[in-house]
Amino acid sequence: MISATATNPKSVSTKNDYVLFDRGTKAFVYGYQTNAIQRMLDFDYICKRDSPSISAIINSNRAGIHKAFWGTKEIILPMFKTIAEAAKAHPEADVMVNFASHRSAFETTMEALERKTIRTVVVIAEGVPERQARILAATARKLGKTVIGPATVGGMTAGAFRIGNTAGTIENIIASKLYRPGSVGFVSKSGGMLNEAFNIISRNSNGVHEGVAIGGDRYPGSNMLDHIMRYEANPEIKMIACLGELGGTDEYRIIEALKAGKITKPLVAWVTGTCGPVLPSSVQFGHAGAKADSQKETAQAKNEAFKNAGAYVPNSFDNYGEMVKQVYEMLKSQGKVKDVVEPEVPRLPVDYSKALTSGLIRKPTTFICTISDDSGDELLYAGKKISDVLEQKVGIGGVVGLLWFKKQLPDYATRFIELVLQIVADHGPAVSAAHNSIVASCAGKDLISSLCSGLLTIGPRFGGAIDDAAREFKRAKETGLSPEQFVGEMKRKGINIPGIGHRIKSVKNPDVRVLLLIEYARKNFARTELLDYALEVERLTTAKKGNLILNVDGCIGILFLDLMSSCGAFTKAEIDEVVKLGYLNGLFALGRSIGLIGHILDQKRLGARLYRHPTEDIAYMLPKPEDIDCKR
Amino acid sequence: MAQRGIREYDAKRMLAKYLPDYLKDFSYRGEIALVSPDTDLDSLVAENPWLKAKKLVVKPDQLFGKRGKLGLVLLDATWDEARAYLKENMGSEVVVGGVAGKLTHFLVEPFVLHREEFYVAISSDYDGDNIYFSSEGGICVEEKWDKVVQVRVDVLEGIDRIDLHSKLPSSLGNRLPNVESFIKALYRFYVDLGFAYLEINPFTFDNGSIVPLDLVAKLDDAEEYWKSKKWDGLVFPEPFGRTMSKEELFIKEMDSKTGASLKLTILNPKGKVWTMVAGGGASVIYADTICDLGHARELANYGEYSGDPNTEETYLYCKTILDLMTREKAPNGKVLMIGGAIANFTDVAKTFKGIVMALKEYQDILCDAGVKIYVRRGGPNYEVGLKLMRELGEMLGVPIEVYGPETHMTRIVPLALGGGE
Repeated sequence: MISATATNPKSVSTKNDYVLFDRGTKAFVYGYQTNAIQRMLDFDYICKRDSPSISAIINSNRAGIHKAFWGTKEIILPMFKTIAEAAKAHPEADVMVNFASHRSAFETTMEALERKTIRTVVVIAEGVPERQARILAATARKLGKTVIGPATVGGMTAGAFRIGNTAGTIENIIASKLYRPGSVGFVSKSGGMLNEAFNIISRNSNGVHEGVAIGGDRYPGSNMLDHIMRYEANPEIKMIACLGELGGTDEYRIIEALKAGKITKPLVAWVTGTCGPVLPSSVQFGHAGAKADSQKETAQAKNEAFKNAGAYVPNSFDNYGEMVKQVYEMLKSQGKVKDVVEPEVPRLPVDYSKALTSGLIRKPTTFICTISDDSGDELLYAGKKISDVLEQKVGIGGVVGLLWFKKQLPDYATRFIELVLQIVADHGPAVSAAHNSIVASCAGKDLISSLCSGLLTIGPRFGGAIDDAAREFKRAKETGLSPEQFVGEMKRKGINIPGIGHRIKSVKNPDVRVLLLIEYARKNFARTELLDYALEVERLTTAKKGNLILNVDGCIGILFLDLMSSCGAFTKAEIDEVVKLGYLNGLFALGRSIGLIGHILDQKRLGARLYRHPTEDIAYMLPKPEDIDCKR
Repeated sequence: MAQRGIREYDAKRMLAKYLPDYLKDFSYRGEIALVSPDTDLDSLVAENPWLKAKKLVVKPDQLFGKRGKLGLVLLDATWDEARAYLKENMGSEVVVGGVAGKLTHFLVEPFVLHREEFYVAISSDYDGDNIYFSSEGGICVEEKWDKVVQVRVDVLEGIDRIDLHSKLPSSLGNRLPNVESFIKALYRFYVDLGFAYLEINPFTFDNGSIVPLDLVAKLDDAEEYWKSKKWDGLVFPEPFGRTMSKEELFIKEMDSKTGASLKLTILNPKGKVWTMVAGGGASVIYADTICDLGHARELANYGEYSGDPNTEETYLYCKTILDLMTREKAPNGKVLMIGGAIANFTDVAKTFKGIVMALKEYQDILCDAGVKIYVRRGGPNYEVGLKLMRELGEMLGVPIEVYGPETHMTRIVPLALGGGE
């Protein structure tokens, strides 16, 4: 990456007054308009500017940086929260392109005008009140500064500087040859017509030197004459074109200047709205200022006055281009203008998203997802629309079936999943996970952190036996071990059989949860072969010790395998995968999260204080000094 | 957004409520009532007991002037007389300045017997505001314009340091200080409440207090965000004679709810030539060209859409136009011009998507009505947008001619209507 902040030391004062923008112009963009910012940088790039035209972005919500493209490379633009900070850090920027809404356009523009280093402010917003616009204009005049707008797209100096979105796409800029200067200075009210005019001028002359749209409001910050007088003073500009509009008297200022001989360069002028007199007087055209309040303000009267003052006035807008051509050819024959030798325009890389949508490029993906899809109109769970999921009332069990197994499980299976989730949801505050969650919550940690603290205790010794039990019992049965052989093998290896044994519960004091699960399975499952096998095992183990019963973890793991193998929805390979990947501990983690969240909320509601374990409950048995002495 | 006329009723209401903030001894109480076709006169009297206690003036309040000359003002009337007058004139049609329209709103206020008529007006222009004053106001003020005093107020300076005193006619005598403070207060009121024009012609003195008699005002509707509280539910009436059709109201309502701009004025519902043009500037040029080529009478609508409207908005806008233009058949069919300049940032393909949706929906009706469509547009994604239109033409069996930035913007007008070169 290269930094955009490496600046041209060229300062404001070296510019002539008639130049608002040149190839060294640096600007602030007020408002986080990422598209406009990139468009400005793309324009700079194809104009082969030495450095980007944007010094910094001003974003009242966030300071920091913005990453943007400079050709194929990426650059960093600084972002400030206030105009003052930006202006202080970047005195080289003398333009502010103001994208603030109509509600804050006035304050922000006034603030920018008050900065010594900012010379030109462009106000994009529509709907700025007239009094505010007049104060902006008067303030700018008093300070010798320029306001373009409100209600405009802005303008540009060809081959040098582009305001925001002016002139649209890069293709259009290339088609209208705006990457290099021509000899025509253009000004219009309408921003929409600016781009059209660039097109017309490029087809009928050696191109645009500078073009500005002053905005369609009644009181623009700078008027057409202001810009025409700059064009008159600029020796690079050989002819001037303007496009006025009915309503207001702005055009008469130009006409007065023409009559007074203040405009010596040929001026092509047309005032739109000639349809005004034949339409009902109450029609308000698209622009606020476009309404003739008197005969003098009609398009006809203005066009006539332009003609009388010596401007080149076409018969209609249709002939505007021809009139530009006629004047250009006249200047050419006088040797005042020359056709431009086209420079080579650097190719601008195509944006990835645009190239992708137009099918120009392809790229292998990094991730694959096979369970859900949010890229279409409606969210899909395993291909099933979320609206169908709800309508068919598949429940949480059904959703687990869709997202974990990508299967629409039969009702009795989804209800079994829900039964499991309900049974494991909580087991009181004393068990490891709940205790940890409670301690974390008492320490002031947020809900998610406290929940994670609890979930992290789930493992081989706590709640994580579901998978192990399923795996071991499945292995034993499939390898043809009799229950006796299985118990004997585990004893030889010195391993407790997973899923067998409970701290408190015993044969005489059975675990109700296990009874409920077994009862459901017997009633609903087609077969319960592994359960039957496990109960045989339990008969052997409880004969030795009353509490070596099939516990709730073991029961869940084993019954889930019975469910999968008997419901017909799973192949053997799929069942093996479920066990291998450890799906089933997920049932415990999911269900128990409900209880853990409950405990955390409970503590928060109670306003529980930090928990500190009592020291008398800890046996302190530290090593003696000589024990820790490291002898070589 | 623009300057818009408001009812005399609303302006006087604001004057009575807020001018005292700037002028303590302003005693005008704003005894005024607005009567529309829906007004229940009995409850109006209940709310405004002065209606029965005082002699009254009744006059239309619909943004047109010269009401006296038109014979539309009832003076020095009792409530019963006023009531009879309202009954007789409500809904009746009059012609004002060549525009015919119905009388729907009347202002009723106390009649003030007066001899003196003063004139005061405030207007705004580029650099500042103008205050006009004359001791010889009334309907003939324009004929005696040389008597009018004009005071210029710089937009940055304000009125504080303006020496009004020496500029006002000395003939005002001991009333001069009153008039001076009234004008200064009025100016501040004008600025603070978002006015763009205010004319009181005439005002008079009644028992030493200033009373506005006739008043004309415009507000800058862009001020709404700041002033809506003081405007207090004010509604901008349509110009006299202009009743908005259902469709125009629909578009206006949509326009008020979006950041984009959507405008529609129906000029001639039976017209053959319909336009759907993007952009405030381009739309005027299309209308110009249609009129230039001699089809002003056939031009059915003026309108524009701009500021990046979304697909639904362009769909609804286009549908409204299609619905309007296919209600009646024309012997030689009709023309729809979907025009526009080369957009700066509006995504042409995206906006055309909504238009395509509407056109598809109207396929049969469009074929039946013999509608020909001409398209010209440029800007971001225009290739895709134009292709969409071309393919649509083939699919619908509706003739659609499609042009891009290589064709002059208004070239489709002569192509569609004949004429030009």
